[in-house]
Amino acid sequence: MNLTIEVNNNPIQANPNETILDALCRNGLSVPTLCHMKGLLPTGSCRMCVVEVEGRKNLVTACSEPVFQGMKIKTHSSRVIESRKTIVELLLSNHPDDCLYCERNGNCELQKLAEDLNIRERRISGNKNNYKLDVSSASIVRDPAKCILCGRCVRVCEEIEGVSAIEFVGRGSKTFIDTSFNHGLNLSSCVNCGQCIMVCPTGALKEKPHISEIRDNLSNPDKTVVVQYAPSISVSLAEEFGFKPGHNMIGIMNAALRRMGFNFVFDTSFSADLTIMEEASELVHRVTNGGVLPMITSCCPGWVKYAEEFGQDLLPHLSSCKSPQQMMGAIIKSYFAETEGIAPENIYSVSVMPCTAKKFEQQREEMTQNGISDVDAVLTTRELARMIRLYGIDVHKLEPELADSPLGTRSSAGKIFGSSGGVMEAAIRTAHYLITGKEMVKFQVKAVRGFQGHKEASIKIGDLTIGVAVVSGLKNAAALMEEIRNGRNDIHFIEVMACPGGCVNGGGQPIGADEEAIKARMTTLYDIDEKDAIKVSHKNPYIIELYDKFLGKPLGHKSHQLLHTHYQKREVL
Amino acid sequence: MKSIVQEILKQYPTAGHDSLIPILQSVQEKLGFLSEESVTEVSKFLKMPTSKIFGVATFYNQFRFNQPGKYHIQLCRGTACHVLGSATVLDEVEKQLKVKAGQTTRDKLFSLEVVACIGACGLAPVISINGEFHAKVTSDSIKSVLEDYRKREEQQ
Repeated sequence: MNLTIEVNNNPIQANPNETILDALCRNGLSVPTLCHMKGLLPTGSCRMCVVEVEGRKNLVTACSEPVFQGMKIKTHSSRVIESRKTIVELLLSNHPDDCLYCERNGNCELQKLAEDLNIRERRISGNKNNYKLDVSSASIVRDPAKCILCGRCVRVCEEIEGVSAIEFVGRGSKTFIDTSFNHGLNLSSCVNCGQCIMVCPTGALKEKPHISEIRDNLSNPDKTVVVQYAPSISVSLAEEFGFKPGHNMIGIMNAALRRMGFNFVFDTSFSADLTIMEEASELVHRVTNGGVLPMITSCCPGWVKYAEEFGQDLLPHLSSCKSPQQMMGAIIKSYFAETEGIAPENIYSVSVMPCTAKKFEQQREEMTQNGISDVDAVLTTRELARMIRLYGIDVHKLEPELADSPLGTRSSAGKIFGSSGGVMEAAIRTAHYLITGKEMVKFQVKAVRGFQGHKEASIKIGDLTIGVAVVSGLKNAAALMEEIRNGRNDIHFIEVMACPGGCVNGGGQPIGADEEAIKARMTTLYDIDEKDAIKVSHKNPYIIELYDKFLGKPLGHKSHQLLHTHYQKREVL
Repeated sequence: MKSIVQEILKQYPTAGHDSLIPILQSVQEKLGFLSEESVTEVSKFLKMPTSKIFGVATFYNQFRFNQPGKYHIQLCRGTACHVLGSATVLDEVEKQLKVKAGQTTRDKLFSLEVVACIGACGLAPVISINGEFHAKVTSDSIKSVLEDYRKREEQQ
């Protein structure tokens, strides 16, 4: 820190080579941004962050301009404010004015900018955007009319996920964002991760809604409506109701789900335990029998589709295990249906997921038994919050309740699935037991925890040394896969999550959370693990019971039928 | 089609992303348009997502994505033609052919392209069908022009 710059007549310290924006942020000063994405190179295309620099004729973009010693900046001069105002007025000129009907009403960056810049009259009016909705995808709805072309979705898709399903198409005032040959997302390489929704400033991208179908089933007396929720939901849902990030509201959530009319409330962390039983057994089987290594996790449906498209040569490396959502679905419509004496076709099975790709996974044809879907509908965290409000439930007035037994009881190994590295850690704990017959002395595998996109560790289990890698963000996965293709062989087990940081940062989570919030969600998951009595999946008494009474043994015939799947090669346009 | 594209790509053994536009131009020259299949081939060759290629190609007016019809109509919407009513001519052509600008009729007989100026302002409003110019067209006269081409086709 050896530069001094002057901002609005006050000196601040800056680092050489950093941008004006970074210097301002670090000093607690702010300028509005739209196209800027933390951690990625600036494009300077939206011009929202312009500031006045003494000696420069034109306004400069704070996001892309490096600082220099003695630089004199005005961040809120009249000229700057007028310029920003004009930009927003122009963005509004062709934007559909249907905020009251918009999903993002009250949580929209464009709305906020218009408000902050005190725009109170329609000075510029242009032709309203008129593009068709793209409802082709099972997971994501695109509304190009609401798009303001900031390009963040395009960048996240390319630079974080390495998918590039969408791109700017056309030129000038006719530019919009679309897929190759305007075919719709379902025919594109889109892996449904939903990170584009997370970065969209407006309502141009949202999840495919499942609420009304669920409502119909909740009011149908012939249906037993069952719900499961993913490990990360309880630590993120609270943010939708004004609690601070990382607040765990699992008990309240159980109560709220019952108030809405769900007959049974289960915890997907239970089937995460089940996934670990199958996946750790599969890993041990592969390691001891010379199977295809490294084995790669298959819990993340975004990653699975990515592998089917771009990693077809690596498909034999994928674990054949279904994801926890699908395992739970399969168990609900077999074991649970049997014990409760309900016909599977009369069960309506809902899952609450931090994820949009789960909506795609749920409707895959592999995920059915005798023509009946394992899971019938998927809600994102955001949709669950919307539904809680829709049913007029005041979360502040509910008493915590427990999930239903037996499919609602978990070990904490299943709970940490919600964070990148969690599946790996849970699997190592059980694999250690399967290989050595003994529990680990310390259950923590700290090397695979945290927000970094690429983590590796070498784990000693008995006489074996197992190399593990944990990647999140598919671009990081692609880089690791390239190393594997090029002959890297010190890695035996890889966990891949499409979303940076794992499910706590999934495409179905509350919008507007920053890195600190995501880390707070992670911390809560590991705190739960720290305090829990049962830290390994194979000690979950209900998992043991499920194998005793119903499944037999891991990788057995019934497991194979219900809990494992296969993959298909997909041609990408 | 695949082999045609492959032949073209052979001429670019060391191509990087900067060769995209020349490659697309060569493909369009040979095929008359950029088919999905050809774009996929180029995408694999350049290791560049098809969405990126589509994005670049739609930026430029020169690239087409529909197979041109046997008779390719270029309808001028330049200033002089506009002043003399080319908008109504365009409406009529779209109505007659039941396609929008940029599309090809189902029977693959006609394709319609709107161009900015074909340098024949003295003949405005003007259209060119396979290079043959039709001067001072109106929404009425265009019907018989198209009909002539249809008849010509039936006689063959």
